[in-house]
Amino acid sequence: MRSELRPAAAGLAAEAAFRLRGVRQVRDGRTTLDGIDLDLPRGGFTALIGPSGSGKTSLLRLLNRLDDPASGTIEFLGRPIAEYRVRELRRRIGFVFQAPVMFPGTVLANLQAAHGLAKAEVPPVDESGARELLALAGLDPDFVGRQALDLSGGEKQRVALARALTTAPEVLLLDEPTAALDPEVADRLVHTLSELRVSRSLTMVMVTHRLREARIAATYVAMLEAGRVVEAGEAGALLREPQQARTRAFLQAGEGELG
Amino acid sequence: MSGELHPFDISWLRLMAAAVLVLVALALSLWQRLGLGKGLVVGAIRATVQLVAVGYVLVWLFAADRWYLVLAVLGLMVAVATHTAARRQAKGAAERRTILPIAGLAILAGAGLTLAYVTAVVIHVSPWYNPRYLIPLFGMIVANSMNAAALALERLASEMDAHRAEVEAWLALGATPGQASAEAARRATVAAMIPAVNALAVVGVVSLPGMMTGQILAGADPALAVRYQLVVMFMLTAATGITAAIAVQAYRRTFFTPAAQLKPRAPA
Ligand SMILES: Nc1ncnc2c1ncn2[C@@H]1O[C@H](COP(=O)(O)OP(=O)(O)O)[C@@H](O)[C@H]1O
Ligand SMILES: [Mg+2]
Repeated sequence: MRSELRPAAAGLAAEAAFRLRGVRQVRDGRTTLDGIDLDLPRGGFTALIGPSGSGKTSLLRLLNRLDDPASGTIEFLGRPIAEYRVRELRRRIGFVFQAPVMFPGTVLANLQAAHGLAKAEVPPVDESGARELLALAGLDPDFVGRQALDLSGGEKQRVALARALTTAPEVLLLDEPTAALDPEVADRLVHTLSELRVSRSLTMVMVTHRLREARIAATYVAMLEAGRVVEAGEAGALLREPQQARTRAFLQAGEGELG
Repeated sequence: MSGELHPFDISWLRLMAAAVLVLVALALSLWQRLGLGKGLVVGAIRATVQLVAVGYVLVWLFAADRWYLVLAVLGLMVAVATHTAARRQAKGAAERRTILPIAGLAILAGAGLTLAYVTAVVIHVSPWYNPRYLIPLFGMIVANSMNAAALALERLASEMDAHRAEVEAWLALGATPGQASAEAARRATVAAMIPAVNALAVVGVVSLPGMMTGQILAGADPALAVRYQLVVMFMLTAATGITAAIAVQAYRRTFFTPAAQLKPRAPA
């Protein structure tokens, strides 16, 4: 247990899954994250919002060490993430990319990929296990035998989600998983994620540019702009009454866009 | 002047007559405005100078008959081949520092092991450093290793670049860098070996290899020339495979950090 507990806001676990302090990131000589201080609640559903180019993807990639920050500290469950074995860390912290990447072969083969990488650490996935995972991800279990590369964008994204679940992660990082999807399909995927968080006791961290998705699923919101945290807090309060003018402007623009 | 085992001599005058053949191509270039004239002339002159120079070096080397001189020449061949293979791939100074040792190791191992096997086990060259065998054999081997290394490095770089998302998807599932780059490595190795495999398939049907042709022209028994040619083809296949595999295995590591992260693209 951590010594500094957050005040228990409604619906929030007090403990931080991730704790970032003074995190700075530089890519191609440009500062993309600049002094990020953020606690992402364990068991919560964090929505990372902010304009395009504000550093949301850059931040998310730090959490399972796809990248390392230029400076600053990141802790996962109270321990610096660099202290974990990186492959184990990535199995515990799944990542769903903005553009789903399917491996060639069947959906089943995609769901068996993680076991193939680490037979001792990742349990095998048989066909019935695969069907269960697909159902969890909101996809018809009969997709199990389909060629993954032939699926639609939304179907691929659900297979990517099911595949991320095969390592039994504690955390899922999702980078605009709905960006390529129709609004209705997107809404359903976000509902699926919301249910998964509860049924699998997952910590979710999702980048989204759709305000309505934050409203559907988020328990916690962090608003980024130009590589800095403008505002972060419990979702209901932040979305209803943002404290910062820039957040307000961003939210209003989002409402307008969605009609 | 002629006989079963004595080839027709080519005097310098007759060589000039052969050079007329280049003029045919030159005339074609002028007529069709191909713009190849300068390249043809310079190329023909360079080829002549280089080959004549090599001829004198070989004469000197055969006469000197010293193992260290032979090894020095082999080493020089590896160095030139390494430089050539790396130059095609490495753009910046940092990239050169990465690629040169990889290309050098791959060519040295692929060509060296193959040469050692062929001269010691297959041909039983004696003395072991006999330059009449080692130099021409190594020339063929190194040229193939050089091409294999260049192809393998180039293809691996382009595969890793084109499939960044896939590589990162593997890493995110807990893959090692080796696992994440397995498919790219496989494709690069295949690409580097395809010329050798194709050469095996078409030899004698589509192509009559230059070495065999040369041996027959120079008066050798065609049956022996054929067997030599087969040795050469097998040897080139091995050199290509070893070089490609080592180049790919060594190069793929350089795309990742010690924490199994895909490094950012090198700035253009
Ligand atoms: N691979 C990269 N190389 C260099 N700069 C990058 C790279 N990816 C993103 N950036 C830059 O970093 C900043 C933040 O990008 P990103 O984290 O992708 O923002 P977001 O996900 O919020 O749109 C942007 O200015 C972007 O241009
Ligand atoms: Mg992004």
